[in-house]
Amino acid sequence: MKILVCISKTPDTTSKIAFKNGNTQFDEAGVQWILNPYDEWYALVRALELKEKDPSIVLHLITVGTADCDPVIRKALALGGDEAIRVNTDSTDSYSIAAQIAAVAKEGGYDLILTGKETIDYNGASVPGFISELLDIPYVSLATKFELNGSVATIDREIEGGEEVNEVALPVVVGCQKGMAEQRIPNMRGIMAARTKPLKVVEPIAVDALSSIVNFELPPAKAGVKLVAADNVAELVRLLHEEAKAI
Amino acid sequence: MCKCADERDYKSKYCAVIAFAYLHIHTFKIRIMSVLIFVDQTEGHIKKSSYEVLTYGVKLAAQIGTTAEALLLGTVNDDLAALGKYGITKVNQVPNETLNHVDAQLYAKVIADAVTATGANVVVLSHNQTGKAIAARVSARLKAGLVAGAIALPDTTNGFTVKRTVFSGKAFANVNIVTPIKVISLNPNSFHVAVGEGSAKVESLNVTVDPSKIKVTAVNKVSGEVPLTEADIVVSGGRGLKGPENWGMIEDLSHELHAATACSRPVADSDWRPHHEHVGQTGVQIAPNLYIAIGISGAIQHLAGVNRSKVIVVINKDPEAPFFKAADYGIVGDAFEVVPQLTAEIKKMHNN
Repeated sequence: MKILVCISKTPDTTSKIAFKNGNTQFDEAGVQWILNPYDEWYALVRALELKEKDPSIVLHLITVGTADCDPVIRKALALGGDEAIRVNTDSTDSYSIAAQIAAVAKEGGYDLILTGKETIDYNGASVPGFISELLDIPYVSLATKFELNGSVATIDREIEGGEEVNEVALPVVVGCQKGMAEQRIPNMRGIMAARTKPLKVVEPIAVDALSSIVNFELPPAKAGVKLVAADNVAELVRLLHEEAKAI
Repeated sequence: MCKCADERDYKSKYCAVIAFAYLHIHTFKIRIMSVLIFVDQTEGHIKKSSYEVLTYGVKLAAQIGTTAEALLLGTVNDDLAALGKYGITKVNQVPNETLNHVDAQLYAKVIADAVTATGANVVVLSHNQTGKAIAARVSARLKAGLVAGAIALPDTTNGFTVKRTVFSGKAFANVNIVTPIKVISLNPNSFHVAVGEGSAKVESLNVTVDPSKIKVTAVNKVSGEVPLTEADIVVSGGRGLKGPENWGMIEDLSHELHAATACSRPVADSDWRPHHEHVGQTGVQIAPNLYIAIGISGAIQHLAGVNRSKVIVVINKDPEAPFFKAADYGIVGDAFEVVPQLTAEIKKMHNN
C-alpha cells in the first residue's frame, strides 16, 4: 500500500499580502512560509495515522517547486513520512503543478493520493481534481472523514447543508479538510529524523500552462464604520433597511 | 501574357485568402462563441448558486455575441422550461438517475461530452461544493484553461481575462485563459441573479453515462438550515459569547432574518459549534449580502473568510476590536443586551 501526500508551501495566515513589479508578482519580502494548513493538518496527519495503524504502508510526500521549498518539506518530514519528492520547477498554474504530480504518481503506482482541499494562497481547489482526471481515477473532494477497510475507502464529504458518505475502491484522490485529523506538532525525534530522510529531486516533464496570471489587485479600502449607540438598536435596523438595503 | 497570368494568379490567391478568412471567421464564430452553463441540482431541486451562474453565462454570451445553453445532469422535480426566465433558450438534460449524485469522474466525462456535442467553447459553473469537485476535472479532460472562483465577467478586449479571488479573499488576480475552450467557476454570491420572462425548450442529450465507481451509502443533511455558502445573511458568533449555551440569541436573530449561522475558529475548535460553521481563512469563505459578527474580534484570518460580504455589521464590547475597521456598521456594546434588542427591532420591522 502506497500513499502520496501532496504538500505546498504557502504564506503564513497572518502575512500581509502585497505585490510588486506593477502588481504582476506576489511580494515575498518578509513573508513567513508555512506548509499549507489543509495539506499539513488534514492530509498529512491522516496519512500518518493510517501508517501508524499499518506500518507496512509506504508514505511519500510530494511538492512542485524550486529549492526554496526544502525547509517546508523538511518540516513535513519531521511530522512523518518515509521520503519526499520535489519536482524541480517553478510552480506556475495549478494545472501544470498537477500534471507534474500526476506524472510522478503514475510512475510510483500509489493507491491513495491525499491533498488539502485547497491552498490558502490560490484557493483554486483544483489540483486534486486535475490529478485525478489525469490519472483517470475517482476523486472525492472536501472530505471530512476517511476510513480504510482493505482496499475500500469510506469517505465523508461535505455537500451543501450536510454531508454524504462515499464508498470507493482504491485508487482514489481525496481533498482533505477539517474533521479528517487533528493538527500535530513535530517532536524533536521527528525533527532529527527528518534531516536524514531522502528528499528526491526529480526534473519536470514538459507541460503547457492553460492559463496565466496577468496581474493582481488589492480590495478597495472600506469607507469607514458607521457607529450606532448601543441604546439605539432601532437606528441600526433603520440603516440596514433603508440605507444598506440589506434587510 | 505574363502580366495576365500574374493577375489571374493574384486574383485567385486573393479569392482564396478571402474564402479562407471567411471560413475561418465562420468556423471561429460557430466554434468559439457558445456558452454552456452547468446547472447544479440536489434532491430534485436546482441550487440557488445555479441561478447566479445562469445570469453570468447569459451575460457572458451577450458580451461575446453568442447564445447560452444550460446543461442539467440527472432528474429533477423543478420545471426546467422555466429556466428560460434567466435568458436561455435551451436546456440540455442528461436524465440519467446515476447522475443524481455527484461523482466527479463521471460528471467530468458527461460534461466534456456535452461540450463536444453542443459545440460550446465556454463552460460556466458555480464554485460551490459540486464545482470544486468537477471544474478541474472538466478542465483537464478538455485541456481547457480554468479560472476557479471567478467574481466578474471576463475582460475580452485583449484575450480572455477573468478576475478571481486569491489569498483567501485578501486579493484578486486577473487570469488569462490561453486555450480555445475556457472553464469558469463562479464564486457563490458574487453575481446578482437577473430574472425576466421566457421559456426554454428542454431536450435530452444523448451521452453515455458509465456506472459510478462511487457508492453513496448515506446523505446526512441538517434539515431546515440555510446552507452557509448560499445564505444572503449570515449571523456569526465568536468567543465573546462565552459559551455554547448562549447561542440561543444567535439562533433567534438568524431565524428572524432567515439567515445562516456561523462562528469563528476558536468557537469551532472549542466544539461550541460544529466545524462546518467555521468561517475564515481555514474555514468556509463566504460573501453574503449581510454579515453580522457578534463577539468576534476580527483577526486577519477571520476577515479573510468574510471580507467579500457586501455589508458587515460588528457588535463588540471592545471599541478597539480590529473588526470595526472592516465593518460598515458597528455597535460598541454588550452582545447580551444588544442582540436580543436587535432581534426584537427586526421583528417589529417585519410586522409593520
